[in-house]
Amino acid sequence: MDTLTAARAQMEVSLAFHMVFAALGIGFPLLMVISEGLGLKTGQAHYLALAKKWAKATALTFAIGAVSGTALAFELGLLWPTFMGFAGSIIGSAFTLEGFAFFIEAIFLGLYLYGWKRLSPLAHWLTGIPVAISGMLSGALVVAANAWMQTPVGFDLVDGKAVNVNPLAPFLSPAWLDMALHSTLSCYIATGFAVAGVYAMGLLKGRNDRYHRSALTISLGLATVTALLQPISGHISAQRVAKDQPAKLAAMEALFETQAGAPLLIGGIPDPETGEIHFGIEIPKALSFMATNDFNAELRGLNSFPPDERPNVVITHIAFQVMVGAGFALIGLGLWFWWRRWRGKFSLSRRLLWALVLGSPLGFIALQAGWIVTEVGRQPWIIYGVMRTRDAVTTVAGVPQVFYLFSLLYIGLASVLVYLLRQLATGYPAEAKESEATHAA
Amino acid sequence: MPLEVVVAAIGLLGVITYAILAGADFGGGIWDLLAWGPRRTQQREAIAHAVGPVWEANHVWLIFIIVILFTGFPTAFAALSVGLFAPFHLALLGIILRGAAFVFRAYSPQAEQKPSQSSQRWGTIFGAASVITPVILGMALSAVSAGQLRVINGVVQSEGIVWLTPLAIAMGLLALALCAYLAAVYMTLETRDELQADFRQRALLAGTAVVGLSLLSLPLLYFTAQHLWEGLISIRAAPVLTIGVLAALLSGWALLRWRFQLARGAAIVQISCLLAGWGIAQYPYIIYPDVTLAAAAAPRSTLVFILVALPLGLLILLPSLWFLFKVFKSAPIDDL
Repeated sequence: MDTLTAARAQMEVSLAFHMVFAALGIGFPLLMVISEGLGLKTGQAHYLALAKKWAKATALTFAIGAVSGTALAFELGLLWPTFMGFAGSIIGSAFTLEGFAFFIEAIFLGLYLYGWKRLSPLAHWLTGIPVAISGMLSGALVVAANAWMQTPVGFDLVDGKAVNVNPLAPFLSPAWLDMALHSTLSCYIATGFAVAGVYAMGLLKGRNDRYHRSALTISLGLATVTALLQPISGHISAQRVAKDQPAKLAAMEALFETQAGAPLLIGGIPDPETGEIHFGIEIPKALSFMATNDFNAELRGLNSFPPDERPNVVITHIAFQVMVGAGFALIGLGLWFWWRRWRGKFSLSRRLLWALVLGSPLGFIALQAGWIVTEVGRQPWIIYGVMRTRDAVTTVAGVPQVFYLFSLLYIGLASVLVYLLRQLATGYPAEAKESEATHAA
Repeated sequence: MPLEVVVAAIGLLGVITYAILAGADFGGGIWDLLAWGPRRTQQREAIAHAVGPVWEANHVWLIFIIVILFTGFPTAFAALSVGLFAPFHLALLGIILRGAAFVFRAYSPQAEQKPSQSSQRWGTIFGAASVITPVILGMALSAVSAGQLRVINGVVQSEGIVWLTPLAIAMGLLALALCAYLAAVYMTLETRDELQADFRQRALLAGTAVVGLSLLSLPLLYFTAQHLWEGLISIRAAPVLTIGVLAALLSGWALLRWRFQLARGAAIVQISCLLAGWGIAQYPYIIYPDVTLAAAAAPRSTLVFILVALPLGLLILLPSLWFLFKVFKSAPIDDL
């Protein structure tokens, strides 16, 4: 394996690993704050039991998200020293502000996790709110660094160096706001449906109690609202990509030839050699309309870019289809749940519960696929139009070895973590159930 | 004073804060690994309770340092990433394993009852990672000072393990001993009675190791890193280091007299002065002898951003941190 391939693979593995736990670290705190809030308001013990359970899950995922995030901060330099030497002073502001948000999150998470007995119930609940807010903010802020790599602004290029740097450049990048919105929503969707799957499994096992029902209501409440918003956010993103990164849009849609009234491609496997698409469905003029609000607008095809400036169309297109497909499947799943719930309180059919179980990884699949679209679609550039990925990579030997080692490490850690999270799903904790029974009597 | 020097000073403050906070968390891991005697289970529990609420926040100081480094001195960060490729990866391995092992142990099944086999295994990994990381970080500090890492025209000349010198090993071990010392001193204030006596004894042992390793590094500095030696005894650094040495002696004396509040305060001053003295001796270099602060500095606008953003951020951070430590560190742990 050559250094460039190994470095890209290493970055991919590290980001894919980090993103799952970072997303859970954004989603879980909100669920736990909502649940504890409901517990305080209604005095019902099962809400507090849920909050405690989700706090444990937050502790596990946050810790792994934190250490793998630290690894990424180092790896930006270890794998891409030329990139960081050039861009560190520009994207640093995104990391600085993210650092503050993350710091606040770590402090208040410590208070929340270990403060159940040392703080009053209200004060305890209040310490959860900064965790949820700063978790969300740290994600939205650090995405600015990636947004700047997509649409670099705020500097002048003189003799290969960045001068006249605007330190707020990442936040001026046209891609930032819509990427921040899209990725934040995806964290809530992924967490919400993943959690719902666990409790749907519990219900399937016959644990039909208020603990499980409330868990489903809270997680699917958050997940459905965010899943419904996501297509709007995706549409905004796609229009921005069409304007700023036409090669990426062409790869997402496997659009080989420049054409007016370009069709929207659903499914299909593109063949970059022949420029043909197998097994796809084309909706005439729909892509032009979605990208520009004009049915007859001309869109650039991949063939209008020099061969060495085209992203990998097969990966980008398939990942895009997976993301969109998973996203719409989840919307359907969420609506199905709420329709059943509205119709008949909690007479959830086994078919729906099984669908929730099977659908629970889809949010994470969509999230990963979305990042593949973003990153592979930007290639061959590390900074779009400014620096190529192959020119940014380290000269040090041994990157493949590091890649193998860290892949093993991450696979090992992920397995243990999934096992431990699975162990947490023990059903309605007995002591909470008893205290509630005594309370009711 | 030039802006980049102010930013570097802030970075150094970050290093000091990381050392006195997270250093003690690493030290906790060391004592967890070495726990001995009839109360070793209670020692481990006390450490876990002391480290639990704060280690995430303490860890963020490392991220703070890295972000300051690559934002304020991007080309130096790039050069260090190439020159210290192997040790940085080892440190990362240690950091990832330590954090993961700590939470995995805390949340493994039956962790609340008796320690299970799997939680013991995580405990060992937690301890081992807590030993590796400070050693590597101490070695990295030596590497940027001792002159083996050469950067000519922005290109790192010396790849591989040129930084692995006797001085680097001594500095790594010194960092390890300091972490162990800090942790044991802090733990005397988080425990009572026999457990407190256990940690006092450990603090005295680690303190002895600190003194021994410091004496050992003096000839190494003199013979293998002449310029750093001269920097340390220069008129700029010597007063700071003298205060550090006096604080170290005071801290040891206070331990002997069971005056733990004083021992903790003096130990913090000791570490702070030691690192500040190193920073002053290192000035004006980031990587001696080829990369100076001025040469590696980011554009002025970025440096201004750091200097404006930091106080604003600290306005929210410091009260939050104060609250965290007030809630968990104002009394020994009985009720967790």
